[in-house]
Amino acid sequence: MSAHVNAPSRTSQDLSESITGGVGESPSRPDGNLKVRGDYAYSSDLGAEDMLWGATLRSPHPYARITGIDVGPALAHPGVYAVLTHEDVPGDNRYGLKIVDQPVLAEDVVRFRGEPVALVAADDPETARRALELIAVDYQVLEPVTDPKRAAHDPALPKLHPDSGCENNLVRYQPIVRGRQDVRADVVVSGTYTLGMQDQAFLGPESGLAIPAEDGGVEVFLATQDLHSDRKQTARALGLPPDKVRMTMSGVGGAFGGREDLSIQAHVCMLAMHTGKPVKMVYNREESFYGHVHRHPAEMYFEHGATRDGELVYVKARMYFDGGAYASKTPVVVGNATTLGTGPYEVPNVDIAGWGVYTNNPPCGAMRGLGAVQPAFAYEAQMDKLARALDMDPVELRQRNAVEQGSVLHTGQQLDYPAPVGELLERARKLPMPPERDPAAEPDIRDLPGGAANTTHGEDIARGVGYAAIIKNVSYAEGADDYSTARASLQAVGGEAVAMVHTAAAEVGQGLVTVQQQIARTELGVERVNIHPNDTSVGEAGSSSASRQTYITGGAVKAACEAVRETLFERAAAKLGHTPPDLAVVDGKLVSDSHGVLADVVEILGDEVIECTREYHHRPTYPLDPETGQSELVHVQHAFSVHRAVVDVDTQLGLVKVVALDCVQDVGKAVNPDAIVGQIQGGATQGMGLAVMEEIQVSDGLIRNPSFTDYLIPTILDTPPMKVDILERGDPHAPYGVRGVGEPPTISAGPAVLAAIRAATGLDLTHAPAGPDHITGTAG
Amino acid sequence: MDFIRAASLDDALAIKAQRPDITPIAGGTDLMVGINFDHTRPSGLLDLTSVPELAEWSESSGVIRLGAGVPYARIISELGEHLPGLAMAARTVASPQIRNRGTVGGNLATASPSGDAHPALLACGAEVELASVRGTRRMPVAEFFTSVKRNAAEPDELVTAVHLARATGPQQFAKVGTRNAMVISVCAFSVALHPERAEVGTGFGSAAPTPRRAADAEEFLSGELTSRGMWDDPRPLPDTVITRFGELVAAAAAPIDDVRGTASYRRHALGVLARRTAGWTWDEYLTGRQTCA
Repeated sequence: MSAHVNAPSRTSQDLSESITGGVGESPSRPDGNLKVRGDYAYSSDLGAEDMLWGATLRSPHPYARITGIDVGPALAHPGVYAVLTHEDVPGDNRYGLKIVDQPVLAEDVVRFRGEPVALVAADDPETARRALELIAVDYQVLEPVTDPKRAAHDPALPKLHPDSGCENNLVRYQPIVRGRQDVRADVVVSGTYTLGMQDQAFLGPESGLAIPAEDGGVEVFLATQDLHSDRKQTARALGLPPDKVRMTMSGVGGAFGGREDLSIQAHVCMLAMHTGKPVKMVYNREESFYGHVHRHPAEMYFEHGATRDGELVYVKARMYFDGGAYASKTPVVVGNATTLGTGPYEVPNVDIAGWGVYTNNPPCGAMRGLGAVQPAFAYEAQMDKLARALDMDPVELRQRNAVEQGSVLHTGQQLDYPAPVGELLERARKLPMPPERDPAAEPDIRDLPGGAANTTHGEDIARGVGYAAIIKNVSYAEGADDYSTARASLQAVGGEAVAMVHTAAAEVGQGLVTVQQQIARTELGVERVNIHPNDTSVGEAGSSSASRQTYITGGAVKAACEAVRETLFERAAAKLGHTPPDLAVVDGKLVSDSHGVLADVVEILGDEVIECTREYHHRPTYPLDPETGQSELVHVQHAFSVHRAVVDVDTQLGLVKVVALDCVQDVGKAVNPDAIVGQIQGGATQGMGLAVMEEIQVSDGLIRNPSFTDYLIPTILDTPPMKVDILERGDPHAPYGVRGVGEPPTISAGPAVLAAIRAATGLDLTHAPAGPDHITGTAG
Repeated sequence: MDFIRAASLDDALAIKAQRPDITPIAGGTDLMVGINFDHTRPSGLLDLTSVPELAEWSESSGVIRLGAGVPYARIISELGEHLPGLAMAARTVASPQIRNRGTVGGNLATASPSGDAHPALLACGAEVELASVRGTRRMPVAEFFTSVKRNAAEPDELVTAVHLARATGPQQFAKVGTRNAMVISVCAFSVALHPERAEVGTGFGSAAPTPRRAADAEEFLSGELTSRGMWDDPRPLPDTVITRFGELVAAAAAPIDDVRGTASYRRHALGVLARRTAGWTWDEYLTGRQTCA
């Protein structure tokens, strides 16, 4: 390394701390104290001697032709070291997660407001920003494509990616048909539901530091969800073999899907390699809104038919997802939305279709609950509408149609693991209700809609209760070879057996570091487990997304630790001459039921290090038939959660106070129960935000609220206490029986809150978020 | 960008006289957001946080002089009884951390239609004190707001204080935001009863280019109370009066559609806030009288 990096100890733990606890316990997070004290180094805290600052010039137009770029005046500005355009991209000027369609820097056309056009490196961030203003770009402004339905079907609109080979501006079309298509039902309800664009709203903006290396490669320190995916795409843009791009994880300030696509990665490396100096980039909040993908907004038509006694006969659905300017995860959104679009219910006859499209709106991609969040708002609204039409209890209607182990979904996949949806609903119904509001008592206004803003002293408050049950796939699907790699080692340090776990799997706040330590403690019988900094010197882990890391990387850590343990046993056998078959490691000692303590692990290890690297692959999945959407096993696992929301609504002002938001979820095996409660409460808060306030407002391709001043997320006064009831119905196919946890509560919370607001107001409320103007009928 | 810290009011006024382009900063609640977004790029900042004359409040003959630099947190803890409307407004400002820094002086200097203090200042008939090396003057706050984020201060003047009569009757403030805390107002309303002069004061925010009084509503309600003899003999307010008051407040608004809400929602919500706050103040007046009697 050619420069001194002033960074962060990248250890995730203060090594003087002693934390213990194996699988099933709730040890503290190793990085918890550092974070609470403010001592934890995030990627934006990085620095290096003689470092330059990078900045990005972005398109002011959603759709325009670039007719000229003059970098001369910017380059001549004192303190500026480099001004780069697409002509300076050393490798292939294209990247993308699923479809390689996005330029590193725009060439002859810009397809969204905020698209990177040029880069500057300067000796301080202010100079870099000023230099951006000196770059003269000539744009020929074009009429943007902003209507996703027209983008799917109207051949008269310009094709934004003419080389894609797709029809019109389609990224993916997927139908799923099963059963009879001419069937009739006693009772039919239908509706069109729309969902706004949600932001991940992570607190740590995109940031990273690139340091040119003497071998012609580059060292990158950054916050991401998937080091190897970033490396692959960055190396391609730089024209380097992947091993010349060495990435190390720095502290991640939240992700929620927003760090799956490249942001600063290729840019910061280009500037570092061009100038020969370390370069740092940090987006500010506004730039961050332009610099990462958002959740796909959707328009969904749903029709449910049922018998008079409430048995679902058919579901028909038509769903449109606006992917914006580049494909990102749009194909997966369409796949998830269509395969999960009936909800956790058995439906004999299904006709579902999903369209994901290119437009000139902001690019949309991964966000917690990918592609499952949108249809859940629709199918759960439909279940309540159906219950009303049938004059049936909404929970009973759901239970009557709930999937269970052995159920066959509309893709043809049979659930060969527990699917206790009926039980989740029953338990949710039985959770204690919050106390009724006493109209005679002097209220604390902070408990009422409007909170401290003093809008009501109890006038016009209506309470409502709503339920939602949802289904989510876990891990990558549709035939992807989903795997993770772990390296585990064991050695004696200062008379104590110490394990080390090394993966590339991103800790994004979800608690994976804790889980890895717990698994190693359980499998290796030692107390002290260090987590090696995540980097690309170990094999791929895949992304911290799709609720998959405890399952997949957990599986890899378990396998690597088991291999280390086997090696330890072999050495013990060699050293001791003979070991019994029931040998185990407990508290740093080799023990057996029959022989008691046989030896200290430290004695067996001596000066040697045992190190094993293992991959864990989940069982294969299969693609959907493009015409029928049938697949033997499209998803490796499904997860289920049920939320019950209780809200108070100020019916005159349309303000909402969520009074309770309680969850019942099946987690297969609770590896860390406290961390699971945290994930469920956090996920529920994010889902509630989408139901009542979170929306990136886009008009004519422009974001109108790119700030936390106007993109609102819930505060503590918006967030109720949450009861969480965890079920453990192990999945026999998964390590320890685990089931993905992180996404389901985000999906079920929002529809439950909207259902409760509907119950309180009697309104249809077909748009999420339901703002005060929707609730008062003044949306204009 | 220069950053100059003034040590005294004379010092601050001298600097402002020399450099009328310089932007004063106290808590920075609005200003720092503008700078961070690159919406504003001041040639220099004049830090007023060390000016002792701005940091205190005092009372004389029933009038409070509130130094421009007194933070919201102190208004809440020290002036809740004297200036209940303003203290209620202060409670709705942002978060506790920002209330420790943010000031009414800064709110006035920014003169945003959504400034939380403004409706309460209007309802109380506050006066803004402006100072320069040329001298000190006072003007009614209703005349201070000239257009969107513009005020009547001359380039060499600083907002040094506001003067408000100590409350002689009940006051209320209510603000609609799209979450339950830490939110910019979608619309806000304040009402104050001034029984000693048989008047009603009002102010609303975020529903016109500037914070405004609803003069017709004030006259209507004070007229009703006077003609019914209810200042001296308070009885429950008829619903028709409350309803009409709400209509007149809504009619005074000239709101726009923006990212925070629609014009039609703002007008509607303002009417609701006006009805409710008028009801609360009158109930307080009623019960307060009864308690005294």
